[in-house]
Amino acid sequence: MIVTLALAYLQRVPQSADYARILPEIVLAVFGMIVMVLEPLLDEEKGRKVLGWIALAGTVAGLGATWLMSQFPGLAFWNMVQVDGFSVFFHALMITIAAVVILSSYEYLAVQRIRAGEYYALILFGVVGMALMSSAIELVLIFIALEISSISSYVLAGFRRHEAASAESSLKYFLLGSFATAFFLYGVALMFGATGSTNIDSIRAALQSGPIPLLAYVAVAFMFVGLGFKVAAAPFHVWTPDVYEGAPAPIVGFMSTAPKAAAFAVLLRVIFVINVPGRVRLIWVAAALSMTLGNLGALVQNNVKRLLAYSSIAHAGYLLVALAAAPELGTSAAMFYTAAYAAMNLGAFAVVSHFANAGERYVTLEDYEGLGRSSPLLAATLTIFLLSLIGIPMTGGFLAKFYVFSAAVKANLIWLTIIGVLNSGVGAYYYLRIIVVMYMRESRKDVPVIPVPFALRVALASCIAATLYLGIFPSRVLQYVQDSAQQLVRQAPPEILNPELAIRVHGASGLRGQE
Amino acid sequence: MKTDDLSSIILTLVTFAPLAGGLLLMLLPRRDRDIRIFALVVSLLTFVLSLHLPVYFHLPVYFNTGFHYEIDKQWIASPNIHYHMGIDGISLWLVVLTTFLTPLCVLISWKSIRDRVKEFFILLLILETALIGVFTSLDLFLFYFFWEATLIPMALLIGIFGHERKVYAAVKFFMYTMIGSVFMLAAILWLYAHTGSFDFVLIRDQIMRGAVPKFPAAAQWLFLGFFLAFAVKVPLFPFHTWLPDAHVEAPTAGSVLLAGVLLKMGTYGLLRFNLGLFPEQSRQNAWWVMTLALIGIIYGALVAMVQPNMKKLIAYSSVSHLGFVVLGIFSFTQAGLNGALFVMLAHGISTGGLFMLAGILHERRHTYEIAEFGGLAAPMPVYAASYLVIVLASAGLPLLNGFIGEFLVLSGAFQDKAIYGILGATGIIWSAVYLLWMYQRVFYGKVTHPVNNSLSDLSGFEKMAIWPCAAAALLMGVAPILWLGTIDPAVQAALSPLVRVASRVVGQ
Repeated sequence: MIVTLALAYLQRVPQSADYARILPEIVLAVFGMIVMVLEPLLDEEKGRKVLGWIALAGTVAGLGATWLMSQFPGLAFWNMVQVDGFSVFFHALMITIAAVVILSSYEYLAVQRIRAGEYYALILFGVVGMALMSSAIELVLIFIALEISSISSYVLAGFRRHEAASAESSLKYFLLGSFATAFFLYGVALMFGATGSTNIDSIRAALQSGPIPLLAYVAVAFMFVGLGFKVAAAPFHVWTPDVYEGAPAPIVGFMSTAPKAAAFAVLLRVIFVINVPGRVRLIWVAAALSMTLGNLGALVQNNVKRLLAYSSIAHAGYLLVALAAAPELGTSAAMFYTAAYAAMNLGAFAVVSHFANAGERYVTLEDYEGLGRSSPLLAATLTIFLLSLIGIPMTGGFLAKFYVFSAAVKANLIWLTIIGVLNSGVGAYYYLRIIVVMYMRESRKDVPVIPVPFALRVALASCIAATLYLGIFPSRVLQYVQDSAQQLVRQAPPEILNPELAIRVHGASGLRGQE
Repeated sequence: MKTDDLSSIILTLVTFAPLAGGLLLMLLPRRDRDIRIFALVVSLLTFVLSLHLPVYFHLPVYFNTGFHYEIDKQWIASPNIHYHMGIDGISLWLVVLTTFLTPLCVLISWKSIRDRVKEFFILLLILETALIGVFTSLDLFLFYFFWEATLIPMALLIGIFGHERKVYAAVKFFMYTMIGSVFMLAAILWLYAHTGSFDFVLIRDQIMRGAVPKFPAAAQWLFLGFFLAFAVKVPLFPFHTWLPDAHVEAPTAGSVLLAGVLLKMGTYGLLRFNLGLFPEQSRQNAWWVMTLALIGIIYGALVAMVQPNMKKLIAYSSVSHLGFVVLGIFSFTQAGLNGALFVMLAHGISTGGLFMLAGILHERRHTYEIAEFGGLAAPMPVYAASYLVIVLASAGLPLLNGFIGEFLVLSGAFQDKAIYGILGATGIIWSAVYLLWMYQRVFYGKVTHPVNNSLSDLSGFEKMAIWPCAAAALLMGVAPILWLGTIDPAVQAALSPLVRVASRVVGQ
């Protein structure tokens, strides 16, 4: 008896492979701490430069660690973390997003006179949480990761500390965000009550084994509220425009892509692996609402940041369409969409943050008048991202939308598809408005033309490259997401995967029975 | 041997040569003259390349799919998207029409575009690639890809280089076509979901064999999805309201390509996809489509008649002429379809020419108002003579290109139902009325406004742009067999499924 227990204990000691499976998180956290430690030692000017490069090096190291992690697929840390194609994909995506955001922040921080230490550290810590969200298969761990990522976002939203709007943004985000996370936690608790477990695989096993308790439906609804808030899906989207308007522009680019991708990763895992009851109806409504409200809201916006905020609500809606489709096709469509969306939206916000200038003075549509003449290259760059957001061929946005709707039609969601394609027609109008003012109106204001610094050029060039690559040569990425989606959805039943889970499912009584 | 090698890649070359030129143009320094010459060379080169298509178009070498110069490579494995191109007698001449008109557009814009020259020609060349791609793609995804790709350069051409209300016109053009085509997207996705392929030929065969699940229930909706996208583009009454705005505000080259080629995307789509994929539904819906076409013919002509603005007049005449095309297509007769295709080509040449001529006048007087002119034949004799040729071609005078097509369409319509033919025939009378009346008011009589006395006649560049149009109009009128020889078998092939379903539908 004692020997068995001792053996069990030994088995539970983390193996070295376990550490490899969270290596990216470790690396990013270490780099974040290095940034924090060095920050007081450097003066402000120098700090911005040096710390930025260190943070960038952190993301590069993080990408390397992700590659290393991908060599150790499997479960780690008492089945709380799972490394598969899916989590590797989201790790790589979110770390790359962070790298691009860091590159496009160099100039911004200097112009806005923001101290760099906490800024870069918080981005790195935020990514730790988001990356963990994509590989966690334990609801409590997901909750902790969600909090790590959220708290850093709350703080980052308030980084323009001299602006009232930024403080408002941060506070609003914090209050509503914690409310939403509480919902998620409540959902987790209810799910535990319904199935006796917080492990995704065991929950699925429990739900499949018998009639689905009513409590499980309630739990799913609550969890969806929390995650729906994070992805800015209607009807939990009301915070988005205000928060995006006040937060620093590069951070908006970050917030609208990385945490969103992370929350979608959790949604995909929870929804498709658990195969939650009532999925299609719930998501159908949220998707239709998000697309419609987002696009209609964006039509009347005059502030580019607010406009893109509403557009991000609409895009959350398109993504949700994928979640309503069949598991395998839906997962791969959603994965592809998050990548394409990250490329184009980050690029758009990088241009916006460069153009905004000190104190974010130039963020209205009138300021963009005549940009096509005063800085043709910048205007052309923004145009590519906007065309991708519209969904014009040759861009990643087109193929992503195409793939999502194709998955929806295959799942026989004809009406949702029609709502979706009509919405993308409406959406074209407001993106086009930006292109119109840039190229077809003459400048009425004296907006200074600032040359684009090197780091930002790199960021923009990589966003363009990614947008066009995903639009013209998507085969390899599509192949990858399809493989990992297949792996995610068709995982072997948990009993075979791990005998220990049986104990968890049957709870303490099972253990007692063994004794 | 060498031509065979070339034949296997010729469609790719023709399609992407302008795009490659446009990309190179981006790298050139902003010296306007060099840019113009470069754009001209690229567009001429494309034209020469495209001449390979009719020259080596051997009718006996009709492969089992019915398409020539085919190229079929996998582009994306899943979703199953192929880079599948090929042309038959239907698309062959539309490609050549596009490559023929583009150099003329470059020439006509030589002097008139002075600002942002580089952007203008880049957009023009990108637009050419997208247009050719629409006519050559045989994969529905690829087709949609090019279809949507035409939108942006055209909208930008209108919006940046247009006249006073350019922004309104550009946005209206964009939104109309975008919203119209999303329904086509939904229909394409449905077809993919139920056939597992985007390949036009494969889908067509599966539908013919009745191997597509749930097809009978969905077919009517699919037909409408495709139809709406194409009807907006044609434009068929009542979806035509974007056209006059877009035309009036567009720069000359934009109008030429818009009228000459973009509108044909709609009629080509109707012919290729609506008739090709849904023959039964085409039969069932033919009565109201033909009614709309007839309304378009007569309404377009009547509205054109009372236009005080020359460019608007030409724009409404397009509504009327394109009505003929749709009438011909939905008559489902050999003559009607041959005629529809011939009108498409003839309209491209003559209306393209008319827009260029109107643009020339606008450059000199900065107005399109007919009342501002009068007696121009005296100061501008060469201009007046060229104008006359094109106007007569457009009005359908025998020996010029307009006549052949309209004659064939009407004889096809008569075969279908006499009343269609009779009503359609009035369109020819109307077109003579509004065109000749306009010609009379602009060119005959005494010079009414003294400024017009000093107007200069056609310049060298303008002659180079106009005369090829006039020559083509004459050649097409005298020797239509050169075109109909390849059109006819393709139309026959397109009609065969319709004939097959005809008995079933009529029997009901």
